[in-house]
Amino acid sequence: MTEPLRLQNLSVSRDGTPILDSIDLRLGERERLAIVGANGAGKTTLLRSIVGLEKPDAGDVILFGEPCRRERDFRAKRPRIGFLFQESDDQLFCPSVIEDVAFGPLNTGASEADARLIASQTLESLGIAHLAERFTHRLSGGEKRLVCLAGLLAMRPDVLLLDEPTNGVDAENGARLRAALLAFSGAIILVSHDDRFVAEIATRALVLADRRLKPAEIHDHVHSHRHPHIHAKQVP
Amino acid sequence: MTIPGDLRLRLCLAFVLPALLTAVNGFAPACAAMVAALLLHTGSRQSFPWKRLLHLEGFLILLFVTLPFTMPGTPLLTLGPLTASIEGVSRAATLAAKVTASVLLLALLFAATDPLHLGNALRALHMPESLVRLFVAVTRQFGVIRAEFSRLQDAMRARAFHPCSNRHTWRSYGNLMGMLIVRALERADRVEEAMRLRGYTGRFPRTALAGPSAADWAVTAAMIGATALLLLWDKA
Repeated sequence: MTEPLRLQNLSVSRDGTPILDSIDLRLGERERLAIVGANGAGKTTLLRSIVGLEKPDAGDVILFGEPCRRERDFRAKRPRIGFLFQESDDQLFCPSVIEDVAFGPLNTGASEADARLIASQTLESLGIAHLAERFTHRLSGGEKRLVCLAGLLAMRPDVLLLDEPTNGVDAENGARLRAALLAFSGAIILVSHDDRFVAEIATRALVLADRRLKPAEIHDHVHSHRHPHIHAKQVP
Repeated sequence: MTIPGDLRLRLCLAFVLPALLTAVNGFAPACAAMVAALLLHTGSRQSFPWKRLLHLEGFLILLFVTLPFTMPGTPLLTLGPLTASIEGVSRAATLAAKVTASVLLLALLFAATDPLHLGNALRALHMPESLVRLFVAVTRQFGVIRAEFSRLQDAMRARAFHPCSNRHTWRSYGNLMGMLIVRALERADRVEEAMRLRGYTGRFPRTALAGPSAADWAVTAAMIGATALLLLWDKA
């Protein structure tokens, strides 16, 4: 299989302000790449450009070996790329969880029954089968995240683009999220401020600063330090 | 300065001028009004409201198609059982000129105005408080809801949604609209709670506005006077 993603000389601006300048990037088939950078550095814009939601000024987006320029080119590749938005609420729009997860498979031509089956299997594999009939807008932040991820995984993507996946996610759902990502067999681009999560998931890291991507290092410090923990009190 | 700077006077003009124009019956005075509105536009620094006019002209075409055939009078052309009258054509042209003049005037008065400022001016004119509040809240939330709509649409595209005319598309759009409404309602509750927490008791603090300048009064009087003269010419 060819590399899932390659960016060549990509420049993007928004409302006349340059955001990304001559970005080059190659993503390996099973690579888990972290992109870090300050707020407003253009990380989200970079992810949006990859799926064609942002129109570049110059350069190429090459998905699975094919250069994509028009909406039609991107549309053919989008089922293979799952994009987890920063805000779960921007992603969930169906009344019930199961309908939302089945939305992607329906788009790619699955029958109603098949789509429902895929959706419930995906929920099961993420350990959230119990949420299937719940209303999406009444879920907790962490549950919403996982349902969003289920919606993407139901499309059996080869690449996941994750924009701040741990935002507003509690420890228990965070563990489910981590397990799901580590079990995912495709490539991942992870944008996050959560250093611990990045260190656990990513195999390579890049820093986005001054509109350009620069190599970064993930290293583990051994610290001996105080470390706050919050537990429920044991009441005798 | 072609229009008054004071928003209260502009609001009065926006009511009085179209009301006077409505009474005009002759084609020549209606055209004169349209030309005057065009001249006012060229004299101002605002960009010409092509888009607004385009929306309007669509309806006017409908008028030109139907009115000549429905008004009795001297026949102009016959299409099978239908007969178009000269009176009908001239009535349609007069209406078109009047409507265009009014829309141009409204655009001139309000295109560059922030709706929130308009709220203050409406209150100063002693409009019912609840209507003013509705108006201000709607204009404030409209942008938020529109942004949410476009983000949800992006998310649908990212999950390979491609609108066609089939049940899946209609249901998806139905869900999208439903979700927008549910979220808007919930947001409205949250906004109200936040307002109450900051001491809102059902009334907005009223910012006193300075009186209009003499120049503003003069311009307003001139505009109303000119339109009244037009009406006199029409009735003479």
